[in-house]
Amino acid sequence: MSWVSVCRYQALLPERGVCALVDGRQVAVFRTYDGALHAIGNLDPFSGAHVLSRGIVGTRAGEPTVASPLHKQVFSLVSGECLDEPGVTVPVYSIRVEDGLVQVSSVRAGTEPVREPALVPMSV
Amino acid sequence: MSRIVVVGYGPTAHRFVETLRERGSGGRVTVIGEEPRPAYDRVALTSYLGGTSVEDLTYPVPEGTVTRLGGRVTAIDREARTVTLADGSAEPYDVLVLATGSSPFVPPVPGAEHAHVYRTIDDLDAIRLAAKDATEGVVVGGGLLGLEAADALRGLGLRTHIVEMSPWLMPRQVDEGGGAVLKGHIEALGLSVHAGAGVQEIVVGEQGVVTGLRKPDGTLIDAQIVVFSAGIRPRDELARDGGLEVGRRGGIVVDAGMRTSDPSIYAIGECALVGGPEKGMVYGLVGPCFTMAEVAADRITGGGASFEGADMSTKLKLLGVEVAQFGAMDGALDVTYMDPVGGVYKRLFISDDARTLLGGICVGDASPYSSLRPFVGKPLPAAPSDLLFTGSGAELDLPDDAQVCSCNNVSAGAVRVAIVDKGCADVPGIKACTRAGSTCGSCVPMLKQLLERSGVELSKALCEHFAYSRAELYDIVRVRGITTFSELITAHGQGRGCDICKPAVASILASLHNGHVLEGERAALQDTNDHFLANIQKNGTYSVVPRIPGGEITPDKLIVIGEVARDFGLYTKITGGQRIDLFGARVEQLPQIWRRLVEAGFESGHAYGKALRTVKSCVGSTWCRYGVQDSVGLAIALELRYRGLRAPHKLKSAVSGCARECAEARSKDFGIIATENGWNLYVGGNGGFKPRHADLLANDLSTDELIRTIDRFVMFYIRTADRLQRTAAWLESLDGGLGYLRQVIIDDSLGICAELDAQMRHHVSTYEDEWRATISDPEKLGRFVSFVNAPGVPDPSIVFETERDQIKPVNRPEVALQ
Repeated sequence: MSWVSVCRYQALLPERGVCALVDGRQVAVFRTYDGALHAIGNLDPFSGAHVLSRGIVGTRAGEPTVASPLHKQVFSLVSGECLDEPGVTVPVYSIRVEDGLVQVSSVRAGTEPVREPALVPMSV
Repeated sequence: MSRIVVVGYGPTAHRFVETLRERGSGGRVTVIGEEPRPAYDRVALTSYLGGTSVEDLTYPVPEGTVTRLGGRVTAIDREARTVTLADGSAEPYDVLVLATGSSPFVPPVPGAEHAHVYRTIDDLDAIRLAAKDATEGVVVGGGLLGLEAADALRGLGLRTHIVEMSPWLMPRQVDEGGGAVLKGHIEALGLSVHAGAGVQEIVVGEQGVVTGLRKPDGTLIDAQIVVFSAGIRPRDELARDGGLEVGRRGGIVVDAGMRTSDPSIYAIGECALVGGPEKGMVYGLVGPCFTMAEVAADRITGGGASFEGADMSTKLKLLGVEVAQFGAMDGALDVTYMDPVGGVYKRLFISDDARTLLGGICVGDASPYSSLRPFVGKPLPAAPSDLLFTGSGAELDLPDDAQVCSCNNVSAGAVRVAIVDKGCADVPGIKACTRAGSTCGSCVPMLKQLLERSGVELSKALCEHFAYSRAELYDIVRVRGITTFSELITAHGQGRGCDICKPAVASILASLHNGHVLEGERAALQDTNDHFLANIQKNGTYSVVPRIPGGEITPDKLIVIGEVARDFGLYTKITGGQRIDLFGARVEQLPQIWRRLVEAGFESGHAYGKALRTVKSCVGSTWCRYGVQDSVGLAIALELRYRGLRAPHKLKSAVSGCARECAEARSKDFGIIATENGWNLYVGGNGGFKPRHADLLANDLSTDELIRTIDRFVMFYIRTADRLQRTAAWLESLDGGLGYLRQVIIDDSLGICAELDAQMRHHVSTYEDEWRATISDPEKLGRFVSFVNAPGVPDPSIVFETERDQIKPVNRPEVALQ
């Protein structure tokens, strides 16, 4: 598994996403309120536009989510499933923090999101 | 196929044709109306003088109806089954319906030919014209219509007198005690009441100019206008000449099926006499007339409905005074509540065993009307004194046969059926299904109560994270002084929010505190449009709309917009709001574009925000030969005042410089139309999916008064509306509607106006341009990158092709699901 560093952990705003280019793929990277990281495909399958990183981050029944900024379909940040339209999913990528750097795996994986190591400060 | 001809085109005729169509009758229907326009709402006639247009008052012509407007029928040939018109043409019928209405009664006194009457749009036009040269006016008749006419004269700025033959006003609706209280209210408004007085003559000077009205005791009331509103006479002359039976004192005799003495001819409305030639009755209220129309339509389509008399209960607000009467006006026992200080009079009539409610009279506070009218003839639901004091009757359970809506004769049972069996879950649903509440609206509180009692609970929760409505959250944030989303959701919600509650809370925080929308944690609450201060388009690019206040722009600034669009390769389009929209900008281009625009003096147009968008204007008195005020100047002032103000939904406005209304102000959330004396303010308009003409809130305002009223309107909307509820829907859902809105923001009935004013002052004094602040803040600029790890690389998925010499997004159906 190859990891690509995309930015410093501290550059991520809580509950907001950014987009990273990882081996030619657009990956939406999110930091949730509790400090956890998630990475899913940036392509909104409903509109065909690469925009999911610009959606509003929240929760549905406790599960971290992002809503497409175009037509507001909600996706799980954990499974990539669309919670409003069963059967539609976006890819989920492995993500971790190494030396304060956020790293995304170019390989799709269904692993649990990675919590940042204790040495990384919680606040930006 | 039978040919139905209706003679007369007033509200009753309209209701008849409408009912016929609802029953699926496909036959040919011809309506012949004397007036040059289709039927209009006569109940709301006075609002015409306040600025409501004829179009707004006019009922839509039901589909498939042939109308002959301005056509007067002169004869009925029952043998040939035709009616003859004044132009000599004839209209054949199989079924003839007479809905000829009534004419105002004008007593045969000298000079009466110089007096006005109050019934049609043309009558009102004539009164308005005469009022231009008048300072005083007299209305003869102190009944319901007389007071309505008096209100109109007062509204035209005349010192107004009311002359009533009976010893007190509104003798048909109230007793002597109620009349005294009513007189107090009306005199307090500056009107003079001459009760127990008749008319000797209308004094007419040279060239037929009215100078006064002389009473039988010889005293003279100076007046330049006299309006007769002293009762109506059924227009039965056609029927009489055609040999149909008419009553001794007028009215076309009909049976319970509304059929005249000729089985092919029906008569409905104010021209019909129900109950026999001697003892019959002519009904002059809209409710019974509508029922007659429905009965006739039912009979003609093969039904067996009959008209069983009608409830003559009345509730109205005249000259700002509530007056109501229901059931009988006497009884063995009665209980009276009288408060001469507050101007309230309430009296209930009760059977001799003190168990059955017979009727009641209210002046100054009509709340018992809605709650108690359905109990007429039924056991008293509580002790009479409690009923009079509490008045609201909210605790009362209505029997199924109790009539809730008297205008449309709808029972509590029928409303319950609509709720339970037909799934109506709100008042508009019940209105559509049963018609209850759709005419005068006085029973709407009862409909709400029936909804609540039926267990229909409309969840007001914003989303799964907050159990509160937007208005409640607004109050929580305001009262507790909350400044962050985290603080709010920790104390008053659950989870971490979503795309529904976060932008709503962001808007509330912005309305109350007016900081930068991208400051600190607030950045995470914003929808993508507010986050990038631009409007996202289908391919993930954004559009840019610089503010062009009032649509006025210098050539130099226009050139800058053109140069920016050319240099960044943007698609350019003129918007409906008199601005220019630049499409196809990638996120990383937005700061570069705005640096150029800000440098040239442009500000954010907030096209992306739930905020004031644009104040459109016509060119106004500066250039236009018709303009009466400077509409452009006002539009610019308003746009600069309210720019950036975050609201539950977008706000649009427009200013027209004269009554021609070229700026389409009445389709806006608040629209202003210039008058010779100032400005008329209209609120609650909407274009879009469900168009709505704005309602006249106040007229002839000075610029200061106008701005103060708009300040309060907007702030009260922000405080109380639901999420994404435009002012049109908000106004329709407001309990008490426009009247209540006036009480709150003009009369300050809630005592909040000072607070609303202060909030607007705060907004105006703390406004800053979001884009100017953003381009000078490196932290905020950090988000405007395509890729966090490759900020200089444009998103390769964004591809354009060319159409009509401009870019357009390439559709990528191969990746889209729908």
